[in-house]
Amino acid sequence: MDAELHELTAGYALDALEPEEREAFERHLDECESCREELIAFWEVSGALALAADGPAPSPELRDRILADARAEKQNVVPLHSRRRLAPALGTLTAIAAAVAIGLGIYSLSLNNKLDDTRSALAAQEHAASVLADPAANTVTLAAGTGRLVVAGDGDVVLVLDDLAAAPSGKTYQAWVVEGTTPVSAGVFTSSDGTAIVPIPQAVPDGAVVAVTVEDAGGATTPTLPPVAASQPV
Amino acid sequence: MICASLTVLALADPPVTWSMRKHLAHLSDEALVALVARGDEGALAELYDRVGRVAYGLAFRVLRDDRLAEDAVQEAFLGVWRTAAGFRAERAKASTWILTLVHRRAVDLVRREERRRADPLDDDTRDAATSESAEDAAWLGFERERVRSALRQLPDAQREAIEVAYYGGYSQSELAERLGVPLGTIKSRMFAGLARLRELLDDGSEEGSWTPNSTS
Repeated sequence: MDAELHELTAGYALDALEPEEREAFERHLDECESCREELIAFWEVSGALALAADGPAPSPELRDRILADARAEKQNVVPLHSRRRLAPALGTLTAIAAAVAIGLGIYSLSLNNKLDDTRSALAAQEHAASVLADPAANTVTLAAGTGRLVVAGDGDVVLVLDDLAAAPSGKTYQAWVVEGTTPVSAGVFTSSDGTAIVPIPQAVPDGAVVAVTVEDAGGATTPTLPPVAASQPV
Repeated sequence: MICASLTVLALADPPVTWSMRKHLAHLSDEALVALVARGDEGALAELYDRVGRVAYGLAFRVLRDDRLAEDAVQEAFLGVWRTAAGFRAERAKASTWILTLVHRRAVDLVRREERRRADPLDDDTRDAATSESAEDAAWLGFERERVRSALRQLPDAQREAIEVAYYGGYSQSELAERLGVPLGTIKSRMFAGLARLRELLDDGSEEGSWTPNSTS
């Protein structure tokens, strides 16, 4: 392990790194299990420091604004009143939120993808995070299964599945984009800790559906029905 | 099974009622995040009620401005709302995750705003914290004293590096310049200080709520 990078764990947990260093450390995290473990422990320490900060109480309106934001987002309506000053910062923040969420857990996803080229797996994760963080993204509910389909403003799509058990031995999950009655494979994936975050590599046309089936390891050329998850039409 | 899941989703939609809130009160923070991942606004409200007070206190300590502090908290909770599905309860406490988002946002804002006001060690906000319930006050008071007592046990240079960085939003490079010491020294102080703080806090915590502890 690179001792200098390892030492950055503390600076990272305290948000005290310069932007370039922060990025370099995040790349290192993807390859260093001991730094990940240490970061999680250090985050608990910075969480304790947060408790000791002891500032004043927020105004009651803050709670209302947060809930109004959430409600509006659910309906894909931008609440202009509360975003007047936030707009430029919003994309950055949600990217951070996604990055931290990834820092806290999505690593197990990359560990399950050891057969993949590490860099392409990482690029896929970063891509998925940017889609999930897109303030202009729309969410499509699932007709079967638990989760959602997130469609970014630029048309990139990520499927998020919750409560998805690991595929049986010798089997894999496979995603499909189904336009009309024609399924096109969107690749195979695994479930990690009950969740799968699946970037869809191709365009999903209007009215098409994204579905998931269980197939033999390596994937299939036509889907085996019934699907374990399927979205509403995009 | 799919039908049951869809029922849960459907039930999450109606406006929050008192009986639902009472139900949520029994859930762990981590279970609430799982509900937030499914779009449950009541769960988000409950999380805010548990963590919002500390989150705002932290943001205010860093930013020293009520509007900016509210922005940081609001944006962080919006981040929670959007990315809850990526959270892994076995890896960290939900409150830690939320406070991490709030702090990161507050630091980004303080650097952007160039709000490098007073000395971050000058904790002049302490007396302002009065509007909390008795139980909250007791628990927070206990935790604060525990953390402060651990901080006091650090060598001065380590404590200074941690406090100025965390509460002031200063980067390691800025700290090195401000204190006139080499960057490598600041990095080492921060690492040694945080590692020691972790041990001290670990020793004092009986609940076993401490997450992954890699002593090897």
